[in-house]
Order: sequence, then structure tokens, then C-alpha cells
Amino acid sequence: MFKLLEGPQTLGRGKIFWSCFLAVLAGALAYPLFADSYDVGNFAYFLIWIFMALGLCLMWGYGGMLSFGQTLFFGIAGYGYGVLAINMGGGTATIGALVLSVFLAMLAAGILGYFMIWGGINGIFFGIVTLSATLVLAFFLGQTAGPEWHIGPARLNGFNGMKGMDPLTVGDFYIEGSALYYVMIALIVIVYLALRMLVNSGIGNVIVATRENPQRAEMLGYDVRKYQLLTFVIGSGLAGLSGALYTSWGQFITPSSIGLPAAAMPIVWVAFSGRSDLTATLVGSFLLLFGFQTITVYSQQAALVLMGALLLATVMLAPQGFVLGIGRLVAGWWRGRRRDDGAVMAEAGRLQSEES
Amino acid sequence: MALVEVKGVSKRFGGLTAVSGVDLTVNAGEVHCLIGPNGAGKSTLFKLIVGLYPPTQGSIFFDAIDITAERPYARVQRGMSIKMQAPSVFKELPVRQNIQTALQERLSGAERIAEEDRLLTLLNLRPDSEKLAGALSHGQQQWLEIGMALALKPQLLLLDEPTAGMSPEETFRTGELIKSFNAEGMTVLVVEHDMAFVRQVAQRVTVLHLGKIFARGNLESILQDEKVAEIYLGKTHAH
Repeated sequence: MFKLLEGPQTLGRGKIFWSCFLAVLAGALAYPLFADSYDVGNFAYFLIWIFMALGLCLMWGYGGMLSFGQTLFFGIAGYGYGVLAINMGGGTATIGALVLSVFLAMLAAGILGYFMIWGGINGIFFGIVTLSATLVLAFFLGQTAGPEWHIGPARLNGFNGMKGMDPLTVGDFYIEGSALYYVMIALIVIVYLALRMLVNSGIGNVIVATRENPQRAEMLGYDVRKYQLLTFVIGSGLAGLSGALYTSWGQFITPSSIGLPAAAMPIVWVAFSGRSDLTATLVGSFLLLFGFQTITVYSQQAALVLMGALLLATVMLAPQGFVLGIGRLVAGWWRGRRRDDGAVMAEAGRLQSEES
Repeated sequence: MALVEVKGVSKRFGGLTAVSGVDLTVNAGEVHCLIGPNGAGKSTLFKLIVGLYPPTQGSIFFDAIDITAERPYARVQRGMSIKMQAPSVFKELPVRQNIQTALQERLSGAERIAEEDRLLTLLNLRPDSEKLAGALSHGQQQWLEIGMALALKPQLLLLDEPTAGMSPEETFRTGELIKSFNAEGMTVLVVEHDMAFVRQVAQRVTVLHLGKIFARGNLESILQDEKVAEIYLGKTHAH
């Protein structure tokens, strides 16, 4: 099974790659020992969004489905977590609320995806329909300020957003600060490795084949609609995981985390990073989120303009993504160096045998 | 015994009738060639059989089961496999992965790898197995697509102009390959323009013209049919 961690669908293989992976993981695990709690909390916040980016990478990069709906499912799970956590009374039940809210997002993705995919919607229209659904949810939630908009004791609160839910809790222990950071790291490692295994499996082969040539994939006996729906549900479920974790982290959620500017962000992260590779998306999204947050402290407008400029630069200069491009350059250079070393060794061996 | 029966099938695209009331039977174990001038409706008929187009009228049976309403993947699962007219491969994936994607439902592990190797060798693609399929020549892409179709081990292999873009030697080799698959029991339905190739492989021939069946029989009787010679072969070729 672990063989699937490496394969034609993912960059990075061999001892060097996995040594780097372990070194980065060790650094991430050691980080809270050296950083102050504010920075650790901020890092946990960046990591929340990685799931959404990885989900979009799976759908767009591997499955060929450009979904503008990541914040739709982020919102469904985010509000879902809030409603469930408040109604279930907090405490350890918040873990159940997290699981159920992600399931709710996946169910919603299953229903929307079924009608889109079985209805033959693809290409740019897939993006348009998912964006429309996202905006509908954002506008709907924006007009829920009145007291009549509540689910049990959970008030939706319109543009002011929903609040009052507990963070993730086990017994009396709130999963916040460093604990939340470690939970994020563990979840990211699990999701990243699981996605690598998925895309390098037989199912991954069909997902990629469907992106390349859906008619040919069907002519090999695959019901490509089922594979597309599976991809959409997993990718959207990961956006849901981001949403539920976000609500748990901040104990609030507003419609602005669903609307148009928010919906465009995952597209920028994944396009800049390199949509056709999970590792590039993981690294690039983290770097962008870190940069965005750093600039936002000084000017949110400037950060948004920078994101737009990066998207333009990606489209015009590196359509396959900057991080992926750099990764491929480094890999090419390394392979070339090894070939050169091999040639030198072979030549030395030849000279030695001639001398003897 | 009939493996495929096409009964009164028509296909209209707006005001254009591409296929009109066609009845065709392909018997199990034969190599059947569909010939006809450009625009005769051969490729449309292929796409109707494999389910890429729904017929406007008529029914299609495979192994005595009505498959008219079935989607293409379901027909493939029943035992059909097609090589399209234009090469239809996964261009951004390596050659081996193209074959693997076709094989993985049938075989796994070492058995699958051995079969990949066998097919790649058979199709002269072993040295290029790690190349992207899009980097292959047109002829090689044709071979690769034939390999993907064969990987399914179909009962019925549909080949739409399998030798387009191939040299005479490659064309001859393709013919010999088809004959060898047929000798193992595979039924083959071929659309082809190259009469030397048709002569090499065909056991029965059906001529389509303007979307209708114009003539059918063995190649010799078709070649001697004056009307066929007029519409398609040219009288000098007929004798």
C-alpha cells in the first residue's frame, strides 16, 4: 500500500525527498517549542486553509474540474459546525460536530455534483455553476440577521456572523493554541499522504485519464461520471474540513468567508503553486498564506492586489505554476548532475581498466 | 452466430441523415470490413454501435442483448472495444500508463506488468514506454490506441481506419496482427479505405453509401459489382 506514496502522479520520490519531508515535519513539530503562542496560533490559522487548497488541487489539477465552490463547502461545514456545536452543547460533542459538518459538506457536494456531472456540465460552466452556488449561499447568509433565522439556539446573525460555539474540546481540554497546531500538522500529514496514495492508485489513474480524455476513459469501460463525482466530493469535503476547523479556531464565521473575494483565493493559491501536484500546492499555498497574512497586517487592500498580480503573473509566465516549475527545474538539475557524475565515474573506470 | 445486430438504425444531425435504416450483422469470430466513400456514414455507424451517438431510430443488439440505451462504458464492459479514427490517447500521460489504465480493471500486480510489457513489445513501443503519449508519432499513437483497445481483451474489436498514417510495412503488420487476434477468436469490425489492407484481412465486406447499405458479401463479389466500382472503387481497380 505504501508503494502508492510514490508514482507518476506525484513529484518527489526516493530517500532524498522523504528525508526532506521528515526534516520539514520535524521542524514543524519543534516550532512551538521556540515560537511564542501568538505565532503558533497564526501558523495554525495558515494551516487551516491547506485542506481547501489540496482539495482544489485534486479536483482541478488531477480531475480537470475547476471548482469555484470551495468556499461554498467551507461555509456549509463552517456554519454546520457552529450550529451543531451550539445545539449539541459543546464539550467532547464538538468532535462529533466537526465530523458531521464535514459529512454535511460532502453530502451537499454529492447532491450538487450529481446534478452537474450527470447533467453534462463541464469545463468553464463547471466553474460558473459552482461560483453561482457559492454566491447564493453567501447572499442568503447575509440576510439572516433577524432573530427568526436560527437553528435551535444557534443564531445565524447575517453579516455579523455566527458566534458562541465552543472550540474543539476533549473532556475539559480545549484544543487551542499549540494543541490545535499539532492537530493541524497531524491532519495535514494524514490528508497529504492519503491524497498521494489516492492519485497514484488505480482510481487516480482513472481520475487523471478522465481529465486528459474523458471519452477515451469511458471507452476503456469506466463510468467517468462516478470518478468525477468522487473527486468532487473528496475535494469539497476537504474544503469543508477547512471550514469546520476555521469556525472552531476563531469561534465565529461570517458570510464574507464564503463570498466572491474569498472564493477566488483558493484558485490563486493553487494556480500559483502548480495545480497538477499535491506537494507544490502544499508548499505554495502555505507560502502564499504566510505572505498574505504578513502583508494584511499593514494593508489588506495591498495583499488583495498582490494576489491578483500573482494570478496574472502565473497565467502569463508560468501557467503550470511557479512552485511546480521551480520544483521541476531543481529535479532536472539534480538528475543532470547525477548523470554527469555517473559519466565521470564510468570514464574513470574505463581509464583505470585501460591502465591495468 | 450474430455477435452484433444493427436493426433499422438511422442517425440524423439536424437536416442531415448520416445513417439511414441500416441493417448489419457481424458474426462471432469474423473479420468484417466496412468500406465506402468519404461521408458514407461508416464512422457514424461505428459510434452508434459503441454508444457515442444515440440512434434517432432503430435498435442495436450485442450478444442478443438490446444495448441501444446503454452508455458506452457499459457496452465496453460487455466486451466491446474501439480504436477511433483520430488517435485518442491520454497525451499528457506516459505510454505505459496509457496501457496500464486500460489493463488495471482486468489484471493486477506482476501479471499486469507482464501483460503491459507483452503489449508494448507487440506494438513496438517498449523503448518509448516512459515517453508521454503526445510525444509519439501519429502512427505510434495509432499503435498505442490499438494496444489500449486490445488490453481490454474484447469479444468485439472495432477499428476505425487503423492504418491511417502508417507506412505500407506497418499497414501489412497491422493486418497480420488483426488476423492473429481473429485466429484467437476475437471478432473484428474494421472501417478502412486501403483496399490492399481490406483484401489482406476481410472475410466479409459491407459497402455503405450515402448512409445506406449499398452492397455486402465477400471481397471478390464486391469487387466485381459494377455499381460499387462506380461509386467507390473506380472501374480500373475493380478488374
